Amino acid sequence: MKINVNYDLCEANAICMAVAPEVFEVRDDDNLYLLTDEPAEELRPKMEEAVRRCPKQALEIEG
Amino acid sequence: MKPLVVVGASLAGMSAVQSMRSGGYAGPVVVLDSSPEMPHDRPPLSKQVLAGEWDLDRAGLPMARNMSELDVDLRLGVSAVGLDPDSLQLSLSDGSTISAAGIVIATGSVPRQIPGEVPSGVFVLRTGADSLALRDELDRGPERVLVIGAGFIGAEVAATCRGRGLEVTMVEATEVPLQRVLPADLGSFVADLHRNNGVDVRLGVGLDSFLADASGAVRGVTLTDGCEIAAQVVLIGIGAVPEVSWLEDSGLALLPPQEGGGIRCDESLRAAPKVLAAGDCASWPNGSFNGERMRVEQWESALEQGTHAGKQMLFEIGAGEDPGAFSTVPWFWSDQYDAKIQMAGRADPGDEVHVVDGSVAEGRFVALFKRGDECRAALGVNRPRLAIRARMKLAETLAWDSMLELFDQ
Repeated sequence: MKINVNYDLCEANAICMAVAPEVFEVRDDDNLYLLTDEPAEELRPKMEEAVRRCPKQALEIEG
Repeated sequence: MKPLVVVGASLAGMSAVQSMRSGGYAGPVVVLDSSPEMPHDRPPLSKQVLAGEWDLDRAGLPMARNMSELDVDLRLGVSAVGLDPDSLQLSLSDGSTISAAGIVIATGSVPRQIPGEVPSGVFVLRTGADSLALRDELDRGPERVLVIGAGFIGAEVAATCRGRGLEVTMVEATEVPLQRVLPADLGSFVADLHRNNGVDVRLGVGLDSFLADASGAVRGVTLTDGCEIAAQVVLIGIGAVPEVSWLEDSGLALLPPQEGGGIRCDESLRAAPKVLAAGDCASWPNGSFNGERMRVEQWESALEQGTHAGKQMLFEIGAGEDPGAFSTVPWFWSDQYDAKIQMAGRADPGDEVHVVDGSVAEGRFVALFKRGDECRAALGVNRPRLAIRARMKLAETLAWDSMLELFDQ
């Protein structure tokens, strides 16, 4: 499973960080960073949750 | 086999359906909604859709993208008109009845309207159809748009209209925008934000009457201070009321408006055995706030409550484990111009406000709301990282000292 961020859409609202801080991190520069772009399979429900909650529809799961 | 029935196909209702299915329930599910079309995801309706950046289709509910997998008997244009909690019978607007195994009430809320007759060109914004109707009017290039109410819907519509290059007047009956939730200096921030972006903001003044032409189209309004404002489009954004009138004879406990309104639920969102409520219409004691009774009209809360209600329902019918009490830190965001406004918790105008990061003047700050030795809420403007961390902290503890530690680093 791979997580893609569409940085043209992402506005770093940090909703994903609340869902899965182990994968998503908004830093002091107010940009979103992925701590891993291939999260472990057991994180899939959280990744789906993050995709669903993103107010800008900027996240996507591949595979 | 009697179905589980979800009344309302918006975010809370569909989250309940999704949660029942992910919980392994394979039995029949009926979903009712009074709307003739599938309800939309609401946040984009006052922003991207209204701005013309998104087609309405793109604002579908996230869980409605796999409707066929959810395998529901979806009945659009059909509303529930009565409910008997003892027999779990629902009466529907088409004259039929359903005998249910369990019921999730997710009827949401409806926009508060101006009493009396209203000319054409006066809008509320709640549904996808509302957004398109308003957008069509904006496409015709009105000379001025008048927004009544500086709450979130009103403020976002004002910002979107300015983004489209339209002249906007925003009228708010209280002296400070968002007076119900924000102390005066922070509310002034919202008024200034709009003024700096070219909105004619009028505070402490209300709508007296509409002005209309011979064809019945709105031409402006008279305000309570006697001012006349010419406008070809008027948006009414004066709040919403929970849609629970259909339950008045049900025997379920409904709260009066002064107690926040809505359906009186227990800590598990139960209104009665096997009758649950979720979303705007549900009032419940929130364990995250010392059991304070709350009703929350916010996107994330609707999703979380729906998800909980789905699990709770499976437990009630013996098909799942007890999910425990439902507690949450209310949370909303609002995008207005270049300001990303995020708020966690429940502020009260009587709270002490401490700006702990940035400053209101530079439009980038975090404010904490203190009551006694508790932090009750955090407001972030253009500080998403800190706002989210504050929210995660509130979910852990309300202790003021713990929250301050977050900002002392």
